[in-house]
Amino acid sequence: MSGRSVLKRIDWLSVLFYVLLVTIGWLNIYSSTFTDADPSIFNFSTLHGKQLFFFGASIVTIIVIMALEASFFERFSSLLYIVSVVLLLGLFFFGKTIAGATSWYSLGFFNLQPSELAKVGTALALAKYLSDIQTDIKRRKDQLYAFLIILIPPFLIVPQPDPGSALIFFALIFVIFREGLPLYYLAIGFLAVLVFVTTLMFGTLWVGFTIVLLLVLFFLLKKKRFKLPIVPLITFAVVTILFSLSVNFVFNSVFEQRHRDRFSLWLRLEKDPAKLEQIRKTIGYNTYQSEKAIESGGFFGKGFLEGTRTKGDFVPEQHTDYIFSTVGEEWGFIGTATVVILFTLMLLRLVHLAERQKNNFSRMYGYGVISILLFHYFINIGMVIGVLPTIGIPLPFFSYGGSGLLFFSILLFVFLKLDTNRLKEGI
Amino acid sequence: MKKVLLSSIIVIIGITFLGRLSYLQVFSSPADKWWKDDPAIKAIYDYPERGYIYDRNGKLLVGNDPAYDVMVIPREVKPLDTLEFCKLLGVDREKFIKSLRKARIYSPRLPSVFVPQLSKQDYARLQEKMRHYKGFYIQKRSLRYYDTNSAANVLGYISEVNERDLSKNPEYTQGELTGRTGVEKVYEDTLRGRKGVQYIQKDRFNRDIGRYKDGSLDLEPVQGKEIHITIDKVLQEYGEKLMHGKWGGIVAIEPASGEILSMISGPTYDPSLLVGRKRSANYSKLHYDSISRPTFDRAILAESSPGSPFKTLNALIALQEGAITPNTNIQCYNGFYVGRTKRGCHCGGGLRNMNVGIYKSCNAYFAGTFRKIYERFETTDDAHDVWEKHMKSFGLGNYLGSDLHTGRKGRIPTKEYYDKWYGDNRWSSSYIISNSIGQGEIAVTPIQLANMTAAIANRGHYFTPHLLKKVEGKDITFPDFVKPKHTTIDKHHFEPVVQGMAEVYRRGTARGVQIPDIEIAGKTGTVENFTIIDSVKTQLTDHSVFVAFAPVDKPKIAIAVYIENGYYGARYAGHIASLMIEKYLKGTITRKDLEKRMLERTLLHEYAKPYSGEEFRINEYNWSPRPTPKPEILPR
Repeated sequence: MSGRSVLKRIDWLSVLFYVLLVTIGWLNIYSSTFTDADPSIFNFSTLHGKQLFFFGASIVTIIVIMALEASFFERFSSLLYIVSVVLLLGLFFFGKTIAGATSWYSLGFFNLQPSELAKVGTALALAKYLSDIQTDIKRRKDQLYAFLIILIPPFLIVPQPDPGSALIFFALIFVIFREGLPLYYLAIGFLAVLVFVTTLMFGTLWVGFTIVLLLVLFFLLKKKRFKLPIVPLITFAVVTILFSLSVNFVFNSVFEQRHRDRFSLWLRLEKDPAKLEQIRKTIGYNTYQSEKAIESGGFFGKGFLEGTRTKGDFVPEQHTDYIFSTVGEEWGFIGTATVVILFTLMLLRLVHLAERQKNNFSRMYGYGVISILLFHYFINIGMVIGVLPTIGIPLPFFSYGGSGLLFFSILLFVFLKLDTNRLKEGI
Repeated sequence: MKKVLLSSIIVIIGITFLGRLSYLQVFSSPADKWWKDDPAIKAIYDYPERGYIYDRNGKLLVGNDPAYDVMVIPREVKPLDTLEFCKLLGVDREKFIKSLRKARIYSPRLPSVFVPQLSKQDYARLQEKMRHYKGFYIQKRSLRYYDTNSAANVLGYISEVNERDLSKNPEYTQGELTGRTGVEKVYEDTLRGRKGVQYIQKDRFNRDIGRYKDGSLDLEPVQGKEIHITIDKVLQEYGEKLMHGKWGGIVAIEPASGEILSMISGPTYDPSLLVGRKRSANYSKLHYDSISRPTFDRAILAESSPGSPFKTLNALIALQEGAITPNTNIQCYNGFYVGRTKRGCHCGGGLRNMNVGIYKSCNAYFAGTFRKIYERFETTDDAHDVWEKHMKSFGLGNYLGSDLHTGRKGRIPTKEYYDKWYGDNRWSSSYIISNSIGQGEIAVTPIQLANMTAAIANRGHYFTPHLLKKVEGKDITFPDFVKPKHTTIDKHHFEPVVQGMAEVYRRGTARGVQIPDIEIAGKTGTVENFTIIDSVKTQLTDHSVFVAFAPVDKPKIAIAVYIENGYYGARYAGHIASLMIEKYLKGTITRKDLEKRMLERTLLHEYAKPYSGEEFRINEYNWSPRPTPKPEILPR
C-alpha cells in the first residue's frame, strides 16, 4: 500500500484530538516544571524538554507504524504479548527501582516501563484470540482463556508494586463484553461495588432494610400473570445482605489502616474536623491540595504560568499524575471542561471507528484501546478532582513520562493504522 | 445494547466530571482577591507610621515611640548557647524554655513574640549579636507616645482590631491597631495612612521563591497624616490640674471659630496608661471604677440641669417674642408664687428689671418672664413650640454634629413630653415653671453649655464646636465647621443680656472672681440635685456651674465649668473659669492664693458622703477641713 493512501485514509479527526491533547498536556508540563531561571523550551535536561523530545520520538514511531503492513500487527500480536510477559518477568531480576516500584528497565537515556508495552501486547493478543474462528466466547473454557490473557500481566505487575497499572488490564473485560460475554457479569460486578460503597456509607442495617423494602415493593406491585421466581429472588437478597455484612468484616479486619483511610477519605466517612485536618495533612494531602488548586482556578483560571499553587509545588507529582490540577488552576473551568470534552469526543470517535470495522480483529483491538484509554482517563481525573480514591496512574497523552507518551501513541496509532485498512475483509 | 454500552459510559463519565468541576470551580470557587487566602501567596505588610497629633499652637501631643520585640520562628531555631543567650536577653532559663514551648504550640513556622518591648539600650546591645541566633530576630513596632499627661478623653486610645473590625473593614488585618475613642477614632483614616503590601510566592515548604506577579499587585505604604487639633495644650493641662479631686467638666471654645480650646473631664487619667503591654489591665481598672468613672467623659456625656445660666436664654426668648423689654419690672417677694405655694429666691427681693434680674440671678424675675412668654400665645402648645424652637437653635436638645467620637443629646422637653406626663391640654407654664431657672426637665452637657455661651458671645450665632484644626498643615474647610449657625434670636436683643452678664462679674453673683484688667460676661449657676440612697431620694450638695466669655466686646474664649457638688456657682466653677480665662488671655496668673486654693482643694469628701452610710449635711459653707492627700495615680 502506498504512503499516499494512508494519508488519505487515516482518521484525521482522531489525529487532531491526539495532537491537541498532547500539546495542551505539554504546555501544562511546561508550566508545572517551569522556573524563571530557565525558561527555555528546547533544553533536554528539563522535564518539559524531555517530554518534547519524546513527542518527536512518538511521531517518528507513528510514521513507522503507518509504513508497516496492517497485517503485521495481527501476525505478531502473540509474539508481542510473550515478549512483554518475559520483560515483566525480567523486572524481578534486572528492574530499576524508582519511587519504590521496580517497574523500569534503565536504557541509559531513558527508562522503559514494560507494563506500558504489555498494555499494547495484551490488547493485541486478546483481539487475536477472540477473533480466532475457533473461539466461542459463550463457552466457559474460552471465557477462561480470555480472562487468563488479561490476568497474566497484572499478576506480574502487582508485586512490583504498581497496583494502579495492574488495574488497567481489567478494562479489557469490556472487549469480551462487546464480543458476547453475558452482561449480568457486569451487572453483578456493578451491584457488588454499589453494595460495598453503600454499606460503608450507611451501614448494613440500612442496606438490608432497603433490599427488603425493594423486595416487598416488588411483590406488591408485580402483575398477577407473572410467575414469581420467589426462591431465587430471596436467595439473591440473602446473598446481598450477607455480602454487605462481609464488607464490614473485610473493611475492619482484612484491610489495613491505610486502606481504610483511603476509603474514608474517598467516601467522606470522617466527620470529625480534627481528624479531617489530620487526613488532609497525611494521606489526603495530595487530593486536598489538588482539589484546592483546581478550586482556586475559578471559572477563567489564573492564566498560563500564573498558577500560584503550581509554582509553589503545593500539589505533589503535579507534572505526572496530577497534571490535570495545573489545567484547573491556570486555565480554570474553561480549561478543564475543554480537556474533558476533548477526551469524551476522542473516545466517542474511537468507538465509532471501532464499530465501522469489517474486520473482527481490528474492532476488538479498537475496543481494547478505548477501554484502556477510558480507564486511565476516568481513574486519573476522578482521583485529581476527588471523586475517586487515590490510584496512581497517568493521564494519557498528558502526564509527563516519555515511556508513557510513546506507548500511548503506539496503542492509538496501531488502531488508526488498522482503521486505514478497514475496507479489506482479511488482512 | 452492547454497541452503545461503552459510548454511554463515556458520556456519563464526561457529565460526571463536568458536574464535579463546575461545583469546584464555578460554585465554590473563591471570588476575586483569592490570593488573600492562598497558602502559596504570602502578604508581607509594611505598616506606615501613624500620624502625629499636635495642639493648636503646634506643640506635640501624640507621637510614636519605636518598640522592639524579639521574635522567634521555632522551626528555624538551631541549637544555641542557651546560657549566653538568656543573659543577653535578661531572662532566666525556665522562662526561655517556657516561651519557646509556647511559641511552638502557637505555630512552629509562624513568628511569635519571644520577649516583648525591649528598651532602646537593650535593642542597641542585641542588634549586633542577634544574627548569631538562628530563628530569632528583632521586629520594630511603633507605639503611641504621649507628650502630655492630659487630654486622655480628647485624644482617645488605640488598640488591636477585633473580629468585628475585621469583618467590617477588610482594610485591616489581624494584629493591626485602630483608634477606639476620641480623635484617634474619629480621624482613624487620616492618621492611619495605608499599609504597604508585598506579595511573595511561597512553595509548599513555605520558602520564598520570588515576587508574585513580579510585584505588580504590591502597594507602597502611605504615611499617616499629621493633624493639628484645636486643643490648647497649656490650657488643657492647666484645666486638668484645676480639676484635681473634683468631678465635672470644663469646655472652652473660641467663639469666633467654634474651635474647642480645652475639653476637660474630671476625674481623668494619664493617656500613657493605655499604651503597650499594660493597656488592657489598666483599662479594666479605669473602666470598672464605677463610682468616679474616669473613662466617662463628663465634658460631653454628663447630662444634667444647667441651672441659672439657662436664665439668659429665657431672657433672650422673652425679648425676641416681645414678652418684655429690658426695662419691664417684675416684683420679687423673696420668692414667687405658683398657685398658692411659694418658691424661694435668694436675691433679696424688690423690683427687678432685666439687668438686675440677671446679675442677682432673681428666680422671681425669670419665673415672671417665663409666664409672660407663654401668655403671648393663644395656647400653651403654641408657646411651647416657639420656646422649644428657640432653645434648639442654640444647639441644645440635640447632637452638635461635631467630630467628637461620642455625645449626648441632652433634653429640651417637647410638648409631647409634657402631654405624656400631665395629659393633653392639662398643663400650663406654671407646671413647668422650673424650666425658667434651668432646673426641671432641662438637661444639657457641658459642651452644649459652652456652645450656648459662645452663641451669646457671638451675639446670635455659633460654629459647631470641633477638634480638628489642620491636616498636614492645611486648615480645614469642612462647611459644617466653618459656616456659622444662626440662632433664632435677633442680634440686637443680645446686648441687654450681655450687659447683665457683665454686671454679674462686676457686682453680681460672681464679683468674687474678678481678674485685674479683664472684663468678663458670665452667669453663675447653683444646681439642686438628688440621688437615691437606700431607696430614699436624698438631696446632695448643689452643683457649682459657671458659664462665661471674655473679653466682653471681642470674645476670645467662651467657657462652661460644671463642678459636681461644688455648692454655689462662684465657689468652684466661677473661680476655676476665671483662672482658665486668665491663663488663656494673659498666660500668667496674678491671683496666686486663689490658684493655690483651687489646685489644692478637692471635693472628694463630698463625693464620699453618699457612700458613707451615715447622715450627712449638704451645702456646708466651710471649706473642707484639710486638703485631701493626692490619691495614687489612678484615678487622678
